[in-house]
Amino acid sequence: MEIPKSFLGYKRENGRVGTRNHVVILPVDDISNACAEAVANNIKGTFAIPHAYGRLQFGADLELFFDTMIGTGKNPNVAACVVIGIEPKWTKRIVDAIATTGKPVEGFSIEGAGDIKTIMTASKKAQEFSQWASEKQREECPLSDLWISVKCGESDTTSGMAANPAVGNLMDKLEPLGVHLCFGETSELTGAEKVCATRGSTPEAQKKFMKTWSDYNDFILKEATNDLSESQPTAGNIAGGLTTIEEKAFGNFQKIGSRKFIDVLTPAEEPKKGPGLYFMDTSSAAGECLTLQAAAGFNIHLFPTGQGNIIGNAIEPVVKLTGNPSTAVNMKEHIDLDVSKILKREMNMDQAGDELIKTTIRAASGRLTCAEVLGHKEFIMTKLFRSA
Amino acid sequence: MANTDIIIHDEKDNVGVVVIEKITSNQECNCWIMENDKSVKIQSKNEIPLGHKIAMIDFKEGDTILKYGHDIGKVVKDIKKGEHVHVHNVKTKKW
Repeated sequence: MEIPKSFLGYKRENGRVGTRNHVVILPVDDISNACAEAVANNIKGTFAIPHAYGRLQFGADLELFFDTMIGTGKNPNVAACVVIGIEPKWTKRIVDAIATTGKPVEGFSIEGAGDIKTIMTASKKAQEFSQWASEKQREECPLSDLWISVKCGESDTTSGMAANPAVGNLMDKLEPLGVHLCFGETSELTGAEKVCATRGSTPEAQKKFMKTWSDYNDFILKEATNDLSESQPTAGNIAGGLTTIEEKAFGNFQKIGSRKFIDVLTPAEEPKKGPGLYFMDTSSAAGECLTLQAAAGFNIHLFPTGQGNIIGNAIEPVVKLTGNPSTAVNMKEHIDLDVSKILKREMNMDQAGDELIKTTIRAASGRLTCAEVLGHKEFIMTKLFRSA
Repeated sequence: MANTDIIIHDEKDNVGVVVIEKITSNQECNCWIMENDKSVKIQSKNEIPLGHKIAMIDFKEGDTILKYGHDIGKVVKDIKKGEHVHVHNVKTKKW
């Protein structure tokens, strides 16, 4: 197949391109969720991203919180953003950082004003943003404007056989076109970590990967109170035939095809070394991993599943594919692309990769994904430790 | 081309994965090796569902299971060729 050269995206002020045109009402903290949700309820064409944190965090945990909030606002899938927090200082820090992209953003703090007055003033701004964004048009953009993140979930042995290598095939075809790519799931590479390290394109990248993996593994072993065999693999994985974390890891690893990663990113860190494949240090919990990848600026996500994970994301469209013929039928409403014919040898990996490229470009150009239509807007903060 | 019942990732692998709804015990199964496009046959000893593994050789306790050409765990209970390979007879070397 000749790979299409372009997709239809929204060009942003800073040169990045969005696959969506969201106007987001972003609460800074847990107690501002109610206000943000009230504004989103008032003003059509906007939505709130409620979450559980943002109070009394400190140190590295606080920095990751800011990186996640700021990165979410900066993501090119967000056209404009209203930020609402209890206190002005942290609200302003987030607003100022998002404003560096040049997109419309304004902050409101509730303290001293109360919910009702804040809802009124923020709603007026949200109305202005919503109507402004509604006039934005999609334009033809080169595929190099795609920043594709990947993560698999509810994996089974069909993931390693069909859906994950189909993603790998897409990576092999799109990386030469200048696409940014990102995989994560530090803990789920356990068992394949040494093989994965050899995929670093430089000795520095390889060393950085091994250090990242070792640190995470040390943490897991320190916190584990018993055998992890039931968490990794999960009960769902085991039902699907996966026996050990090593087997899961080698299946997982099929997602990067034969690519090499150029750098290792910290959670939510924006890639800065140009196009190519990046590894990000993330949890393997889907909600947390996708939230971090979206905060790093990725604008479309590919999610292979075996037994049928149903995850979406607040700002990144999530394209789901499966190689499991039962899941493709029984959970059809969640599956954007069925590659189960690979198991019957009625589809080869080259064909599966091509189909996935087509599906990805359609979704990037505006076709709603299953997760979007079903209302999945997961936004899950990675918390490093307890708040003060 | 005969229907494929079992897919084996790598020539070095000593297990295969069932890719039909299930195989019954004493079924003559067609296996396809993805890496080199070769076909082999195996007689199953148990019923094994979709996605689960079958032993392609006899294993003794302590042996290593190879899949994707790599070590994916150790045998904790002897397994005969054609038997179901899963958490009841294989364990991770990691946790």
